Amino acid sequence: MVDGNNLRTAFNTSRGNGAAWTSPEGDALRRLFCVRDGLGEQGTVNAHSSNEPADGLPTGRERLVVIGNGMAGCRAVEEILARDPARFNVTIFGSEPRVNYNRIMLSPVLAGEKSFDDIVINDAAWYADNGIELISGDPVVDIDRADRRVVSRSGKVVAYDRLLIATGSDPFIIPVPGHDLAGVVTFRDLDDVDKMLAAADRGGSAVVIGGGLLGLEAAHGLALRGMQVTVIHLMPTLMERQLDEAAGWLLRDELERRGQTIITGGDTAEIVGKQGHVAGVRLKDGRELPADIVVMAVGIRPSTTLARGAGLEVGRGVLVDDHMVTSDPAIMAVGECVEHRGQCYGLVAPLWDMARSLADAAVGRPGEGYQGSVTSTKLKVSGIDLFSAGDFSGGEGCEDIVLRDAARGIYKRVVVRDNCVIGAVLYGDTADGSWYFDLLKKAEDISPIRDTLILGQAFAMGGGNTDPCAAVAALSDDAEICGCNGVSKGQVVSCIDSGAHSLDAVRSQCKASASCGSCTSLVENLLRLRLGADMESGPKTMCKCTSFTHADVRRLIVERKLKVIPQVMQELGWKTPDGCASCRPALNYYLLCAWPGEYEDDQKSRFVNERLHANIQKDGTYSVVPRMWGGVTTPDELRAIADAADKFGARMVKVTGGQRIDLFGIRKEDLPAIWGDLNAAGMVSGHAYGKSLRTVKTCVGSEWCRFGTQDSTGLGITIEKMTWGSWMPHKFKIAVSGCPRNCAEATIKDFGVICVDSGYELHVGGNGGIHVRATELLCKVETEHEALAVCAAFIQLYREEAWYLERTAPWIERVGLDYVKQALFGTPDAIGALAARFHHSQLYSQKDPWAERAAGKFAELHQPLAQFRPLVTEKA
Amino acid sequence: MIGEWLDIGPVGQIAPGTARTMPVVGGEEIAVFHTLDGEFHALVNKCPHKHGPLSEGIVHGSVVTCPLHSWNISLKTGEAQGDDKGCVPVIPMRVESGRLYLKRDVLLAAAKVGA
Repeated sequence: MVDGNNLRTAFNTSRGNGAAWTSPEGDALRRLFCVRDGLGEQGTVNAHSSNEPADGLPTGRERLVVIGNGMAGCRAVEEILARDPARFNVTIFGSEPRVNYNRIMLSPVLAGEKSFDDIVINDAAWYADNGIELISGDPVVDIDRADRRVVSRSGKVVAYDRLLIATGSDPFIIPVPGHDLAGVVTFRDLDDVDKMLAAADRGGSAVVIGGGLLGLEAAHGLALRGMQVTVIHLMPTLMERQLDEAAGWLLRDELERRGQTIITGGDTAEIVGKQGHVAGVRLKDGRELPADIVVMAVGIRPSTTLARGAGLEVGRGVLVDDHMVTSDPAIMAVGECVEHRGQCYGLVAPLWDMARSLADAAVGRPGEGYQGSVTSTKLKVSGIDLFSAGDFSGGEGCEDIVLRDAARGIYKRVVVRDNCVIGAVLYGDTADGSWYFDLLKKAEDISPIRDTLILGQAFAMGGGNTDPCAAVAALSDDAEICGCNGVSKGQVVSCIDSGAHSLDAVRSQCKASASCGSCTSLVENLLRLRLGADMESGPKTMCKCTSFTHADVRRLIVERKLKVIPQVMQELGWKTPDGCASCRPALNYYLLCAWPGEYEDDQKSRFVNERLHANIQKDGTYSVVPRMWGGVTTPDELRAIADAADKFGARMVKVTGGQRIDLFGIRKEDLPAIWGDLNAAGMVSGHAYGKSLRTVKTCVGSEWCRFGTQDSTGLGITIEKMTWGSWMPHKFKIAVSGCPRNCAEATIKDFGVICVDSGYELHVGGNGGIHVRATELLCKVETEHEALAVCAAFIQLYREEAWYLERTAPWIERVGLDYVKQALFGTPDAIGALAARFHHSQLYSQKDPWAERAAGKFAELHQPLAQFRPLVTEKA
Repeated sequence: MIGEWLDIGPVGQIAPGTARTMPVVGGEEIAVFHTLDGEFHALVNKCPHKHGPLSEGIVHGSVVTCPLHSWNISLKTGEAQGDDKGCVPVIPMRVESGRLYLKRDVLLAAAKVGA
């Protein structure tokens, strides 16, 4: 993970050169990012009043100082810049030593689904491009309202014309004995995540105190990192502020099924320590739980110390008006630290509206102002879809509409009062969350659609019309599309209209669906709606069932440890219930490749040839090809093949291009029997039907040929014995030629060996199919041993990285031979590691499928149901 | 007395997401499908395109993809999906007390018994 340390290094290179501050170059650096946490530099940037602009900064601008480099502060600055980029010289103070990142995405970072880089909202270039001075790692400790200046912990003094307080909130620590022990952490910033990751590296037990949103996300991350996790929650059900009891139980059930221990009604008495470090947690009922780390996630409260110290009016949070101005007209406040109309918010969504209202006023164009927010919640625990919004406590005049589908694990509850939606809880299927939330915020009269309301938007609005484009078309302009980045439908549409014609363009221009990606299909449907056929497809998706590419799917299977096809479809939001004939075989292969020995091959996702281990022919019969190692056979094998051909009525016997014999016209019912006969003669499946290693074609080589330089036949057999049975993205052919005359045609194979006097030339990426392509030389090695290692490593690289149904030729054309060389030879260990993974996978795939079937496995695949014999009278 | 419905055996003989065939003496073979959603469908086991054995295709939703040329055939209507045109006879089915039944008269007509 690229973490704060790397960023810190980046900052260090651009600071600390005190003498340079006065030079033009120094000014540029200073505007870039000044992390000036050393006291020695204090004098260089001393207090400057508004009449004396700082060196190098544009003159005539007001000075805006922002306390807080988090989501709220930076969003407010973004909104101001969008309205009037030349109005302010901006200085941002942050207590964390890093750029602005998406705090709500810390959970995926903890869970290993994202890296810090992925969650950065504004990178260093943003500060530089906008002339913003970032003073990070040095929090403001005092506001001097009389002189309009702030003082930082290191003693730095900066003057302001307008001050913005965006200090966010502080995690609440329950003051039980032991709360200050080492190993007790909160879950608020990247440093907390780093502490949890360090603890997870050591393994052991984790106790999370607090079964709310944050606590459960922390628990999930720690569990994924391999810790034994117990969640202690004071209330009887989990997430009781967001979920009703039923959904709370479903959630608990799922978490317990995943191996977490959930204790509800658990009241912490003491955190037990041992030599200054946490060792366990004791509950008031006497139970004691071992713990190597304790995460305190019981809640947050607005961080108001600074504002209170400055004499601003403070309630639970810093009091602000509708334009986010505090009791001092020069000071504004935004985000979780404020109290607006009696409300404090601990969620991200209200920020967006607050920042807009603030910016309107700050540039002198105050609008209607902030009206307060209705909030909704989504739990970011992969595989658990959970949404809640509004009020679902029930009560006078409230009616519940509930839908349960136990088989699919779905629970939906919409609370209606006076024909308006006032609350919604969705578990298992949250696709309609934004629609219910929109109805709720608008207080729309739902009586016309009441009967079908619970079935979701597509059904309720279209009488069973499930066109997803119609569904997004029906959303209002201010409906929120992307909750992570606060982007409304109107903003996405205007982004599309201003030229963003692909998903990637929308993601980079307005950030919609750029974080967790759960709104990807909404954004795509908006693109479709606005552009129709002009929508530029991004990278090609795997099939119509998903918006992910093959590359994404492969990566996510590994990253999220997805182990079975329905889980992949569930977690990656497949649009069809069980995929299609394109994606099912692909997913089966990807899982097989990712989890050798663990994944159980899904026969019903196999194309018929791979399911019946024979090639289907146009008349519905099959052809059978036994393996002939290196193209070498014996009279006994030939006799057995001839006998089998007679016995099972093969209508044609043909020599294949891969140096073996094909028996045509075999009936499905006879396959196990013919395989049994061929097995008895020592032959196994030739996998002539599979996306797998087909044959290793050889010439006779030095054993017989007067030109032969090496034992090409022997090497071919060795390679075939090493590689047979391996499943691949597509069919894979190998050949070994004993000299450069290349009689085995090794230069149109996926992997070709050309023996020369001094060793072996290894060629890759050839193809003799529709598009004939000669191989490219990968490398030359001196020994058979090396040739075998490179062969295994190359195959494994192809197996792990190519897309399903992509032969090596188009794969290499796509990624480039240089990439392949780098992957194999870029580090000294690469060949060994790849080959080791290949050999590990082979442990589970070198089982002759014919022998298993001949012994009776999957007999039903070959046998019909009982025959139906109509009565004579029916045959008239 | 011949029943209106032909009992073809217990539901358990066809795993979800797969099909089994039922030979009909003197007529066309029938393919009986069990979808992942738990539905059962019976069709003449011949793709309307080039007569591929639909029973060997991959089943997804209530569609089977023919193993020969990847035509998608609706298991509910027997109609080819998308731009392809063609239809294969469908035989009404009933599931009762864990057993599968085919509508006998439609079966006889679809399988072209005695034709």
